[in-house]
Amino acid sequence: MTPSLLLATLRDPASSTSLTLPQWDLLLRQAASAKLMACLLCLLDDAGLTGTVPERVRPHLEWTRVLMQRHAMAVDFEIDRIHAALAGLGLPLLLLKGAAYRAAALAPARGRMFTDIDILVPKARIGEVEAALMLHGWTGNEHDAYDQRYYREWMHEIPPMQHIRRQSVIDVHHAILPETARVRPDPAKLRAAAVDVPAVPGIQTLAPADMVLHSAVHLFYDGEFTNGLRDLVDLHRLLVQCGESAGFWDSLPKRAVELELGRPLFYALRYSAALLGTPVPASAVKATEAAVPNRLLLALMDALFLRGLQPAHASTDDRWSGMARSLLYIRGNWLRMPPVLLARHLFHKAFITRAPVAA
Amino acid sequence: MLTVGALTHRELAARLAGPGLFLRTGPFTNCIRSNISYLVDGVAQMYGQYAIDESGFADFHVQFRQPGGWRRWFRPQVRFDHDGLTPFEPLPVDQAFPMLEWMLNYCVSSRAHGYLIIHAAVVEKNGHAVILPAPPGSGKSTLCAALVSRGWRLLSDELTLIGLDDQQLTPLPRPVSLKNASIPIMQAYAPSASFTRSATDTAKGTVAHMRAPDVSVERAAEPARAAWVVFPRYQADAPVTIDPITPARAFMRVAENAFNFSLTGERGFHALGQVMDGCTSFDFTYSKLDEAIALFDNLRVAPR
Repeated sequence: MTPSLLLATLRDPASSTSLTLPQWDLLLRQAASAKLMACLLCLLDDAGLTGTVPERVRPHLEWTRVLMQRHAMAVDFEIDRIHAALAGLGLPLLLLKGAAYRAAALAPARGRMFTDIDILVPKARIGEVEAALMLHGWTGNEHDAYDQRYYREWMHEIPPMQHIRRQSVIDVHHAILPETARVRPDPAKLRAAAVDVPAVPGIQTLAPADMVLHSAVHLFYDGEFTNGLRDLVDLHRLLVQCGESAGFWDSLPKRAVELELGRPLFYALRYSAALLGTPVPASAVKATEAAVPNRLLLALMDALFLRGLQPAHASTDDRWSGMARSLLYIRGNWLRMPPVLLARHLFHKAFITRAPVAA
Repeated sequence: MLTVGALTHRELAARLAGPGLFLRTGPFTNCIRSNISYLVDGVAQMYGQYAIDESGFADFHVQFRQPGGWRRWFRPQVRFDHDGLTPFEPLPVDQAFPMLEWMLNYCVSSRAHGYLIIHAAVVEKNGHAVILPAPPGSGKSTLCAALVSRGWRLLSDELTLIGLDDQQLTPLPRPVSLKNASIPIMQAYAPSASFTRSATDTAKGTVAHMRAPDVSVERAAEPARAAWVVFPRYQADAPVTIDPITPARAFMRVAENAFNFSLTGERGFHALGQVMDGCTSFDFTYSKLDEAIALFDNLRVAPR
């Protein structure tokens, strides 16, 4: 495994000033594969380094800037439309992940590009929310009966809804982990702790510690690692930003225990520090000790995650990378479903669902 | 400057099969990798006069490979790979060269957002460019090929690149794509030009490419300014007619043909406004190429 130029640059943007043109070529490709081009652009901007970038590379940053500005505008507009669509329900609009970072102007929002807007609503109100969104032009695009059942019976969200004119996608969640998962943090606790976005009345995000835990769950309980590094960068930036508030590092491990999410938090702190150099206080590491896996399992997890979290680009793969991604996929599903259901699901996906175009 | 033509066929094939051919086209460098002989032949025939970029940096990385296994023998295919992503279905292997051309267009239109990119041919004479936006089947490429074989400079037969800040047209001269009946027509009309073999049964019918004139490629670094926007329409046996279009209507019709009008937002809107302010626009119907070219040669620049 060659050391990733992208990781080195994320850790220390100033190291980019000594890159040769062939190295820039590789860096841009790794960043594009990891969906971190806009993130790279923002890091260079913030470090005042955009002017030092070679002339041949500069257009790529400017092309990315166009996409990034358009994306930010589109996200603001979508949030506003969703807010309007749900206005009559007497519910706060509780945003998750990318949209939440954007609405609350948090550090991970800088240069983060995403396609879906995620929201969290009480399970008892899902029907009303779905109906209100349909009245305003969003429609379910999962027509396969199996997929409908998969989402509605087993998952923590309803099938994604897409706006018929704008093609924007919204994921309506009622929890942060599937109904079938090994652990199920109580969504009512998350909603109760949610905080208002100061700029827009009626819009909420999860509380800082919950946001970190959700991000950790999303990354370390999921089977898909295509965006693994991007999600780790989110975690890193959240931890750095939230860590500046007094009491954050004390409350985070406690909250993890309360929500049964000690293990994903342990992984989040471990790999964010290892790959991105996140300054995690020793006291916080110590507070997650109860959740440390046994030595054998930890060695295996290191081998898997340290590969799975590399940029998804051929240049950072070694002979084990493919196997690591396959094992992580199985692990992610294993954590989300009991074995019989999982076997049935994987069988259905492998042999019955029509294969999509490779992407 | 090293050109593709300076390599032997064997050296060219080795670059394509190995580290990649760093082919310079207009403002972009494309790293092309492939072991398909149809593609090597097409590149040798169409890109001899183009420079090879030796900086080690490429804007786009494309790979065309033949999937292995039984597919190697039964209806062999070519699979396109954009630096690890495969956004399109494979095609029959004899369509490898047209696929290269489509994919190089795709890379530009999906990435190069420093330009407002119009789906239009663009040619220039005496410092004044004419933009030819048109839906497929309107005879845009045929007209473009005819014009560049009669002294007009080729900027592009597919992608008009308008600078967002300076509104200049950046040339991207590459082979001109011809379809179906236009292929024999252009072979007769420009007998000294070089054409690829025809690939049959593509999504667009039979496709062949005409090599870009050497002088257009030599002048690829010279930008141009638009003076006219012409919407061409081929109609059998029709006399040449031109009908002026009002500026606002012309603006909207060009915007409809843009790949990234919405994406470039206010900047794209202003850039296009500036370009259209400097242009006269009209609908154009023709059936005979000589008549069409005579009309283009007599276009007058509107006073600003």
